[in-house]
Amino acid sequence: MNGLFVNIGERTNVAGSAKFRKFITEGNFGAALDIARQQVENGAQIIDINMDEGLLDSEAAMVRFLNLIAAEPDISRVPVMIDSSKWSVIEAGLKCVQGKAIVNSLSLKEGEASFLEQAEECRRYGAAMVVMAFDENGQAETEDQKFEICQRAYNLLTEKIGIAPEDIIFDPNIFAVATGIEEHNDYARAFIAATKRIRQNLPGAHVSGGLSNVSFSFRGNNRVREAMHSAFLYHAIQAGMDMGIVNAGQLTVYEDIPKDLLERVEDVLLNRRPDATERLLEIAESHRGKGAAKSTSDLTWRKGNVNARLSYALVNGIGDFVNEDVEEARLEAERPLDVIEGPLMDGMNIVGDLFGAGKMFLPQVVKSARVMKKAVGILIPYMEDDENSGNSSSKAGKILMATVKGDVHDIGKNIVGVVLQCNNYEVIDLGVMVPVTQIITTAKQKNIDVIGLSGLITPSLDEMCNVATEMEREGLKTPLLIGGATTSRLHTAVKVAPRYHGTTVHVPDASKAVGVVSDLLSNNRRQEYEQTIRASYERIREGYARGQTHEDRVTIVEARKNCLAINWTSYLPPQPTFLGTKSFDKFDLIELEPLIDWTPFFRTWDLVGKYPRILEDERIGKAANELFTDARSMLKQIVKEKWLSARGVVGFWPANRIREDDVAVYVDEGRDQQCAKLHFLRQQMPRKPGSANLSLADFIAPKESGLADHIGAFAVSVGAEADSIAQRFEEAQDDYSAIMVKALADRLAEAFAERMHQMVRIQHWGYAPNEQLDNDRLIAEDYTGIRPAPGYPACPDHTAKGTLFKLLSAKESAGIELTESYAMHPAASVSGFYFSHPESRYFGLGKIERDQVEDYAKRKGISTREAERWLAPNLAYDPNLQKENAPD
Amino acid sequence: MTERAEKLEALAQQRIVILDGAMGTMIQGLKLDEADFRNERLAAHNIELRGNNDLLSLTKPDAIRGIHDAFLNAGADIVTTNTFNATTLSQADYDTTNLVREMNVASARLAVDAARAAETPERPRFAAGALGPTSKTASISPDVADPGFRSVSFDDLRKAYDESARALIEGGVDLLLLETVFDTLNAKAAIYALEKLFTDLGRRLPLIISGTITDLSGRTLTGQTTEAFWNSVRHARPFAIGLNCSLGAEHMRPYVAELARVAETRVSAYPNAGLPNEFGEYDETPTQTAALLREWAESGLVNIIGGCCGTTPEHILSISEAVMNILPREISERPAHLRLCGLEPLVVRA
Repeated sequence: MNGLFVNIGERTNVAGSAKFRKFITEGNFGAALDIARQQVENGAQIIDINMDEGLLDSEAAMVRFLNLIAAEPDISRVPVMIDSSKWSVIEAGLKCVQGKAIVNSLSLKEGEASFLEQAEECRRYGAAMVVMAFDENGQAETEDQKFEICQRAYNLLTEKIGIAPEDIIFDPNIFAVATGIEEHNDYARAFIAATKRIRQNLPGAHVSGGLSNVSFSFRGNNRVREAMHSAFLYHAIQAGMDMGIVNAGQLTVYEDIPKDLLERVEDVLLNRRPDATERLLEIAESHRGKGAAKSTSDLTWRKGNVNARLSYALVNGIGDFVNEDVEEARLEAERPLDVIEGPLMDGMNIVGDLFGAGKMFLPQVVKSARVMKKAVGILIPYMEDDENSGNSSSKAGKILMATVKGDVHDIGKNIVGVVLQCNNYEVIDLGVMVPVTQIITTAKQKNIDVIGLSGLITPSLDEMCNVATEMEREGLKTPLLIGGATTSRLHTAVKVAPRYHGTTVHVPDASKAVGVVSDLLSNNRRQEYEQTIRASYERIREGYARGQTHEDRVTIVEARKNCLAINWTSYLPPQPTFLGTKSFDKFDLIELEPLIDWTPFFRTWDLVGKYPRILEDERIGKAANELFTDARSMLKQIVKEKWLSARGVVGFWPANRIREDDVAVYVDEGRDQQCAKLHFLRQQMPRKPGSANLSLADFIAPKESGLADHIGAFAVSVGAEADSIAQRFEEAQDDYSAIMVKALADRLAEAFAERMHQMVRIQHWGYAPNEQLDNDRLIAEDYTGIRPAPGYPACPDHTAKGTLFKLLSAKESAGIELTESYAMHPAASVSGFYFSHPESRYFGLGKIERDQVEDYAKRKGISTREAERWLAPNLAYDPNLQKENAPD
Repeated sequence: MTERAEKLEALAQQRIVILDGAMGTMIQGLKLDEADFRNERLAAHNIELRGNNDLLSLTKPDAIRGIHDAFLNAGADIVTTNTFNATTLSQADYDTTNLVREMNVASARLAVDAARAAETPERPRFAAGALGPTSKTASISPDVADPGFRSVSFDDLRKAYDESARALIEGGVDLLLLETVFDTLNAKAAIYALEKLFTDLGRRLPLIISGTITDLSGRTLTGQTTEAFWNSVRHARPFAIGLNCSLGAEHMRPYVAELARVAETRVSAYPNAGLPNEFGEYDETPTQTAALLREWAESGLVNIIGGCCGTTPEHILSISEAVMNILPREISERPAHLRLCGLEPLVVRA
């Protein structure tokens, strides 16, 4: 390798090395230091240190590790590269190193101001800086984009703030090639070409990059990966790349790469021919080092017989050849049904097995289902001609699925439905907001084998209990499945199951659904399974009853005495720039795209891990990548073709606290005519001295302070069209896209709420006009003021949305309606209050006592019983239990 | 650039600039007792103050002024304020942190007044505000059992340096001298504070950064080689980079030569008067010291020289006479490589 090329060790990175991550999360810093030492011994001239792990206090880990390194001269003799997507982690690291380090990385992603400010800070700390080819519009992909962003950054840094060019290291983004996606074909060539232009035109600056990305498609085939790395470096170094994050121990010598492999590797890297990927795949197998990686663009599978091809297409979710293969199979088969029961079901069984064994992941399964549906769709016209085939006769069972009355959230339910269909169950989906009578009637009429209920918001828990009660009253015996984000095994065992004699099972996620249903419907296993479930739920109930030895709570009177004592005398509340409401129609989706928090998106698909690291995950990285590629391509379309419209409304009103936990909202600054009264709840757990029993009301200035305080509110939605678009996809047998569009709408709505809050802070309320936060810090809520939503931990009563929506006229101004359970419709909507006080913060209400609930009911003018119903998840007592003992 | 800074640059271009000698050992020579370290306000202070030399700027200003005058008379171009320990971190040992600002302002005025009094139109004189290393170290754990522990943070150091430097500037110093750096991280905290302070003030003061090599291994206390030390602090764009204290001129030479090779700025050096003898006294004579430093000057290693522990006005006089007709080191242009470091330097060539 070129003697001037500087190796940066990549193994001290929690996102890149599972071993290092394990040591750090376990707190085994001694072993983690050994990894650093080995890298230096193996020739790393700089070590990259990254502690970005969701479950880790990254700042603390960075500080501790760097301090420990300082005591190890055989490690600390080399410079460190402080690597984090969070500026706060970088800064904490910079405060620990006496040498001259490199910051990895800065970019123009958040605009020029924050970029230059961070660069200035790097200089004050005496560090060089990696600058990513990333600007306000995203990561540079083409050669021109890469060069132009680097050039812009270079000019800004050197001309505007006088950073020495030699302290700038550009990272023009090494992305994976040979992914099978055409746009990716030019990524490596673009990097190399951009590198050349950077070195020629931006004098003094350096070029670096993370090498292992480029060969990502060949994970598991180390020989091909190493060949790709060496060949890539060979060309990139010639172009001027002079540093790189590499695993120095794992590079083959360029000359040692077998000639046939080298030619095809270079075809791919330099994008020399359109079939380069296919040709590399052809020979990749024969050069396999170890492991097994498959790529969708390897077409050797087309050589098998039709059954094998159908099976392969299903397992790999490839729909391109379904028409011809199904047609061929149909002609060979005696009856069209035989194709379904034969090769198609065989393929789906493999999918089911792989899924069950954790070797396939949800998005892949949903894609398989799409292929299956397409195949079945081709066969159906022929089967209708075939009198003998009743196509449901072959089904393993009939499942009714419904999102309960009052709730509109159905992504999880739809995923479960697809997974069940993949496993040959017939799914009758009643949709959302389904009344109990419809569930029961359908169950009776259609001989349903299992009923699945879903819901997202807490009032749905109550509705599920209601469904169970009604099923009991109607004498049903059908097994009942409970699922959805707020459901739990505990709630199902304690609150739902006792109401119904049929078997009731909680299903925590889609991957469990098939197992549960097949056990429930198996003649052999059913009895045993039901007994196991009943016994385990009985144990849970006993444990719960024992655990009910009344949690310690303070009285509401004491809790109020221990409220958050804000010193109002020295405080001047910021004045909003307008009073009343302001609505936003057709908000530009382009602004929302970069604010998307992707981590929950993956969770929707049962892929758990923090974005973007999830894309590199050894186990689920491939599935996550495929899903992410699909998501981004749909998102692009959504934005470009304006599939969804973002509508929202915000408002501000004069407000003062008028009792401990109540806030009056006034019509105008006269502050004598109220337009609403907000009733908040207060924590009742015993607190340590110095920490308060919080209520949101604490953050609003009391009337007697004489201060002109305000409260804000918002409701935003991106989902109005999502339902009909999803329906069109469903009609086209494409559940994958149907679920995708809804999941994306949810994310966009959250991003919209985030953006709106940002605009409120900077502009509309304007109390933080100079705020500069990147996306990570936005997600980490690293700003002043909060936007708590009714139904969430700080104010768990969903009915508060009633008041909120009236204040905002949310229906008229943003097109959002409330169901009887106070779910927002369309589902991709977010609403909440705005508090501006610097001490306002998110908190969890926790469990509250009867005294507060009775008082709350009185304040709201509702019965205690109704209050208890809405606050059920937050009650520190069992209202039924005590009521029986209490005299009427 | 301020007018004073311009004058300093012009002087440095013309000839080797002479720094003063030791403040600490000069004070020792005065044989002061506890009462000399107290004034009315400190009469009832319940900790022994003798040895807290920086206090003398408040309690015995004339004695300090006398030392400055003696060095100026001996030919020093720059006198250094009596503030080596005047940071909140070091003064905490004496429970006198409340006096830190006052000490620095008063010390600065004493040095500035002395320099102005000695200045003629042909011969400008300067007052440098001394920022010592503090009594803490940010890179080393004081607890052998826990190498990850630190008794002082970057932010603590930054605040302490900010406070002292502000007061020195308020007192009118012409330049700053961050000296006897044994932990480069401490120095980086000081640099950070100064960068912010210069931005606040809207002007930069010339800064000399002077490290110290602890023993004959040739490294700083925290393990850096000379070049690594320079790479770590280059971003301060100092007026000069140098070495002081610890070693006498004889043993310091190779490291001064190393700085002269790597630094793209002026090089300063002010060694001790040899190594201390068994009584802790420095017995290198003015002629001996001057001869060694003359050789440095002739070899083109230095731009600024003076003395540290044990050097007297006589030493400074000898030194200034010895180098009077020798041209200062020419500042070398070096290729603009990326110059990183841990304990050792790493160059990524342009």
